[in-house]
Amino acid sequence: MEIKREPLSNLRVRQHQARDLLRGDMDDEELERYVEERVLTTTVEKAVGWAQGNSIYPLTFGLACCAIEMMAIVAARMDVARFGWEALRASPRQADLIILSGRVSIKMAPVIRRLWDQMLEPKWAISMGACCSSMGVFNNYALVPADKFMPIDVHVPGCPPRPEALMHGILRLRDKIQGQSREGWRERYAATGTEELLPDGVNLGTADINVFKPGDTAGA
Amino acid sequence: MPDATELELTAQELRDAHRDSILDTEYHRDRACLVADPRQIKPILEHLVDKGYTMLASLHGVDYYPHEPRLGVLYEMLDRRRVDRISVKARLHTDDPHIDSVVDMFPGADFPEREVYDMFGVVFDGHPDLRRILMPEDYEGFPQRRDFPVGGEPVLFTFNEEQNYGKYV
Repeated sequence: MEIKREPLSNLRVRQHQARDLLRGDMDDEELERYVEERVLTTTVEKAVGWAQGNSIYPLTFGLACCAIEMMAIVAARMDVARFGWEALRASPRQADLIILSGRVSIKMAPVIRRLWDQMLEPKWAISMGACCSSMGVFNNYALVPADKFMPIDVHVPGCPPRPEALMHGILRLRDKIQGQSREGWRERYAATGTEELLPDGVNLGTADINVFKPGDTAGA
Repeated sequence: MPDATELELTAQELRDAHRDSILDTEYHRDRACLVADPRQIKPILEHLVDKGYTMLASLHGVDYYPHEPRLGVLYEMLDRRRVDRISVKARLHTDDPHIDSVVDMFPGADFPEREVYDMFGVVFDGHPDLRRILMPEDYEGFPQRRDFPVGGEPVLFTFNEEQNYGKYV
């Protein structure tokens, strides 16, 4: 759609038009033209995606040296607030995004998986740096790549990646969020059937614990 | 640092006090080291504490593979008044890696001993809470031993994706 910019001299005219509209003084034909010029149509899905991609709450979560670079994107030079991603949340319940910034040891992996499971849909994950993508220089007995225990949406290579690189990854993820249909991560990665369930025979008694049951769609 | 002469004098002093307690001395690059009998490690350290080396600056493990006895536990003692250091080294065989814990003498030895146990499998007898400290509780093997596989896994690139796919999952 081509946008025609009216000359500045028309500003006074438009102000009068707007005043007439608000007063209800506008005629049928004039009113129709007025609305036509100003209304944009889209689908709800696209509108939600646009809003969602511009208001991501990342989890306040750093693992290693990459976390220093991750902090830099919140600071003034990179300023992730330009894209609405600056509200870092200290609770996984409030976060939409987890940035794995550093190496994941096999002792830390269950913790990260639990944080990921505690995050509410819709949720995304960025694997930052060589270590949690391919174990990098620490390719030894102690580490595990992030793809082994959780789905990753964007991998940012580097050791560590510069803040610009992470920024690029964030923009790629924003494109993904804005472009995709609104499905959960299990649908995105065909991961149904990997839900964490209580083993048979375990009785929780009367304890009021929120446990995922097959068929539930939210959370978990 | 004690010089080589003083090291020998200290070693002889310890031998006189505790029979066969010092097996050897090493003096290398201004570092004085007493090679101790692991069964007498506590009397030796007590003696050094009485001499003024009151602080256990570090406790760590070494694997000397392929030399025997393979494992080593090193105690770095520090005299804070004279700013003087001396190392005590105890060598252990892998089939019986037992040594007395020094936690009752140096409370700060608690975590270092757990780490040496975790990484090298040295059992510190008398330790109040000898568990793994860095690796998961159910981990098998002692990863810092030289004969332990480095681990890790081949990185999946586009060219070897086919041959590796599913193999290490």
